[in-house]
Amino acid sequence: MIKIKGLRKCFGPIVAVDGVSFEVEKGQILGFLGPNGAGKSTVMRMLACFLRPDGGTAEVCGFDILKKPIQVRQNIGYLAENVPAYSEMTVGAFLNFICDARGLEGKKRKEALDKAVASCHIESVFHQSIETLSKGYKRRVGLAQALIHDPPVLILDEPTDGLDPNQKHEVRGLIGKMAENKCIVISTHILEEVEAICSRVIVIAKGKILVDSTPQQLKAEHNCSLDEVFRKITTTKVA
Amino acid sequence: MQGFLAVFKREFKSYFTTPLAYVFLVVFLFFSAYLTFKQGFFGARQADMSAFFINMPLLFVFLVPAAAMRLWAEERKSGSIELLFTLPITVTQALLAKFFAAWLFLLIAMVLTSPMAITVCYLGSPDMGMILSGYLGSILMAGGFLAVGCFFSAISSNQVIAFVLSVVACAVLVFAGMPTTMNYLSSFLPVEAVEAISMMSFQEHFDSMQRGILKFSDLSYFVILIAGWVSACGIVLDERKAG
Repeated sequence: MIKIKGLRKCFGPIVAVDGVSFEVEKGQILGFLGPNGAGKSTVMRMLACFLRPDGGTAEVCGFDILKKPIQVRQNIGYLAENVPAYSEMTVGAFLNFICDARGLEGKKRKEALDKAVASCHIESVFHQSIETLSKGYKRRVGLAQALIHDPPVLILDEPTDGLDPNQKHEVRGLIGKMAENKCIVISTHILEEVEAICSRVIVIAKGKILVDSTPQQLKAEHNCSLDEVFRKITTTKVA
Repeated sequence: MQGFLAVFKREFKSYFTTPLAYVFLVVFLFFSAYLTFKQGFFGARQADMSAFFINMPLLFVFLVPAAAMRLWAEERKSGSIELLFTLPITVTQALLAKFFAAWLFLLIAMVLTSPMAITVCYLGSPDMGMILSGYLGSILMAGGFLAVGCFFSAISSNQVIAFVLSVVACAVLVFAGMPTTMNYLSSFLPVEAVEAISMMSFQEHFDSMQRGILKFSDLSYFVILIAGWVSACGIVLDERKAG
């Protein structure tokens, strides 16, 4: 469902993403790992058609990100790293705006709203303005926004950052449940999360893919925990 | 269309969910009335609104950029531009929706000055065509200033910079047509050049409209000006959404 071919992006002299290629199929949860500044968010932003790549291309659900950006966005649920939202709006008004923008009307809208609100547990803050919410609640509102149209592809940039252990557990459960009929890409720094939910791992550093494997295989190959595997890969291979 | 309507609705409501709309409207209505009476609205003993319209360019130079500065600068600063442009909405739809929502807000501000027109009608029998053409001119001028403000808001993520640059640009567009500026320019520029500069100024085109003269050249001036600045804003947004 996602096909990336030689994606490249530079910011001035800095090469943020340098020829990244991979494919993700339906039913897979891909854990996108890498040190800070590795290029994870940039790849995700290009997939969500927010940034235009300098080279290469990608397809989401058969639509090219350069030629059919609107169709790509229709098929994607995207949660950005800093969870952008209109802070002066209430959670309800914000989610209704997302429904407007995604063309969800009438009964469909009500069902979508109810489902997203219930699955992200934001009923208690529905009438509160977003600027008054805690970091965890803001992230859950962001997640609800990404899920509301039940997209076939989910791109989540650090979806559990700032959540308490209980919420983390819930969100992981939610992502796991949705995995069956969706294609999910998550970036994270929490390696236990990768072990718990991801069926595949890609480690990226300095804009290049270092490893494309499964958590189990990585652990077996290096005979140590994922934490140590990550350190080994990103310190030795990059240097 | 659905993207346009969604952004338009959200944007228009956002003026009223923050104190912005109320502060803007109170300040605008106060100064528009204050300057009119200071100009000698009653003392002139004439049933017209020229004392009201004559101050509009000066008021708009400061107030319209204040309403426009947040349009894109705020989206950039808060990062919500990333949300907006990962929804199925094109840059053109978002741009036009924001522009028209802000313009509608300014239109409401103008409609709220109608007690002035009602007073004139009550006290005498004014030329309604002149009043309506004055209002049309003011609304078109507000749109022109808004388009300028929209452009500067898109090139900077800092609202203060956006405001200052738009005030300067709008002031240049107004003052280029003032008699004092033209006198000064004619001391060292040929007559044709001075005339060309004054024709590009808001003042020249607004003046004839507030006198009740509707000319195709004046209307097309405003339409071209708005279209030009809004398109420039679209190009800037398309090039550097994230920057």
